[in-house]
Amino acid sequence: MRNLYNQNLFAPGHTACTGCGEALGARLVLNAAGPKTIATCATGCLEVFSSRYPQSSWEIPWIHSLFENAAAVASGVAAALKAMGKEDINIIAQGGDGGTADIGLQALSGMLERGDNVLYICYDNEAYMNTGVQRSGLTPLDAHTTTSPAGKQSWGNRTNKKDMPAIAAAHHIPYVATASVGYPQDLQRKVKKALSIRGPKYIHLYVPCPLGWGSDPALTIKIAKLVVETGLFPLYEMENGKITNVKRLAKRKPVVEYLKLQKRFAHLFKSEEGKREIERIQALADELAERFGVDARKKAASPSS
Amino acid sequence: MLKAIEGSKAVAEVVKLCRPLVVAAYPITPQTHIVEALAKMVADGELKAEYVNVESEHSAASVVLGASATGARTYTATTSQGMLLMVEVLYNIAGLRLPVVLGGVNRAVSAPINIWNDYQDSMAARDTGWIQLYAEDNQEACDMHIQAYRIAEREDIMLPVMVCMDGFLITHSIEPVDIPSQEEVDRFLPPYKPQHYLTPENPLTFGYLMGPEGYMETRYQIQMAMERAKGVIEEVAEEFSSVFGRYSGGLIEPYRLDDADIAIVSMGTAVGVIKDTVDRLRKEGRKVGALKVRSYRPFPKEAVREALKGMEGVIVIEKDISLGSTGGLAADVKEALYGLEKAPKVKGFVAGLGGREVNEGTVRQALSLYEVDTMEPVFLDLKEEVEGRRYA
Repeated sequence: MRNLYNQNLFAPGHTACTGCGEALGARLVLNAAGPKTIATCATGCLEVFSSRYPQSSWEIPWIHSLFENAAAVASGVAAALKAMGKEDINIIAQGGDGGTADIGLQALSGMLERGDNVLYICYDNEAYMNTGVQRSGLTPLDAHTTTSPAGKQSWGNRTNKKDMPAIAAAHHIPYVATASVGYPQDLQRKVKKALSIRGPKYIHLYVPCPLGWGSDPALTIKIAKLVVETGLFPLYEMENGKITNVKRLAKRKPVVEYLKLQKRFAHLFKSEEGKREIERIQALADELAERFGVDARKKAASPSS
Repeated sequence: MLKAIEGSKAVAEVVKLCRPLVVAAYPITPQTHIVEALAKMVADGELKAEYVNVESEHSAASVVLGASATGARTYTATTSQGMLLMVEVLYNIAGLRLPVVLGGVNRAVSAPINIWNDYQDSMAARDTGWIQLYAEDNQEACDMHIQAYRIAEREDIMLPVMVCMDGFLITHSIEPVDIPSQEEVDRFLPPYKPQHYLTPENPLTFGYLMGPEGYMETRYQIQMAMERAKGVIEEVAEEFSSVFGRYSGGLIEPYRLDDADIAIVSMGTAVGVIKDTVDRLRKEGRKVGALKVRSYRPFPKEAVREALKGMEGVIVIEKDISLGSTGGLAADVKEALYGLEKAPKVKGFVAGLGGREVNEGTVRQALSLYEVDTMEPVFLDLKEEVEGRRYA
């Protein structure tokens, strides 16, 4: 954490909301990567709040092109650096959950499949926040968004999160990891480790959005820890297709503790039927914990699953 | 030295001589032979470049965008649906002022799916901020690629250039082409030295968010660069001629226009057919000439006006249409002549869509319909058995 303040590469003064997990995430990622880094960025909150002309928070060379092409632009940067013999520069591509798992998935797949020397960071705040909280492929089950609203005949978002890290891993890339801004040292260690490996790397970073989630900005870190502590977002590393490191928990917390802090799940607490939905989410957490061997008392189910 | 060679292969040879550092492309007929040839050159070590195989044209354009922003000379090529898929990125490349060169093979667009030549694809990219040059034949397609880099990379231009060439008619035709030597090309085209690029030594922010306070000026700047490009395209063509010994470029090319009453305006390979027809018509005593528009964006309206003033009539034959209006070239020609004292009568004709042959008969039909009062644009060579009725 010391380097956070010694050499900050993500300058303050940007226009992110109070308690923004994505701004915190970007700062942690950049400071772990260091100044010898070129970054690309998809359209989205991160781009909008950090690069309003004539100001910029980016103390490293940075380019925003479009919504769906951060990975392909990074491939172009990588190809140019390779052709010029400047391969000692880190390349980081960044996108939100929509820019990564929805509209940018094709370009990302191309980048991963080609083996380009790029670290891709997905800042997952679980909806299209920049446009006003619309549902994405990474919005969790039953979350209320403006396009998956809870209503008399709806519990909100009908689907589970797309398993983006598994999709990345299916390209047989050398390094895939999940991280949360609730665990800054863990995140920075993973960024540094990823950048020490040649080839494509993918880090799926969980970043709370107080505005979109209806959570107290002061609780961003707490929520970013709770999602891990409940088993809803296991922290793990996968090297060359094998899970090598899982954050294990002595005692998992019930998902209610996580859900109750966010208005996007408030409708689940208003009826008996809602409680059954919470049970479904608890079952999901149990399943994830089982799959990744999160519970310290139990043995991991299968390390490579 | 002249060499009989397929258009695509000739273009690839010339692109190689321009020494791009990054080539990215996605296959689509009839662009494939160009990018296949470049891939082979990289595989054989003849071209020292990174060849990036992408999963779509959107990414092909995005890769050359990223590489160009990092300071590399880049090349890509596409056509038809691929160009349409690229359009979003094409705007972005121009807005970022990156000197990418793109081989724009011209092909019809779906539906119905059709792989043959017309200009509906590049016309859909007309307003992207790219310089668009249209080649009449294989030699011009080659020479314009070399010139394209010189034009694009000038500090006072910094705009991407699309070298448009007719699908199959150029890309798959074998013609004798003079492929210059590496020394000649090196003399004409020095290595790209970008002023602004992505480097940790001087961290810059590219692609910022800009509100109403400044966005309009970015468009004004591109428009001004387009205006300057009119002079630069001519200048580069002159310089090319002094190095390579042939004039193969410029904004327009008049053909037997000096004493003509009627001018036939067109772009691309149709100009060759029109020139031949003009020669025959001249023998028959008709005072006709032709005007080739080589640079469509920027549109050289001053040069077009100068070339066409004093004509009785102007016939525009083009392989595109803005459905619900007229062909793009006809609209631009009319705009160029508007307000001229004794402005010639201009009539727009659409021909050759989806690869329908444009031949002497097509040109003669335009000439015969020129005086007839019809709706505009007139579709030439319409088939009654397909259409069910005559149009004109």
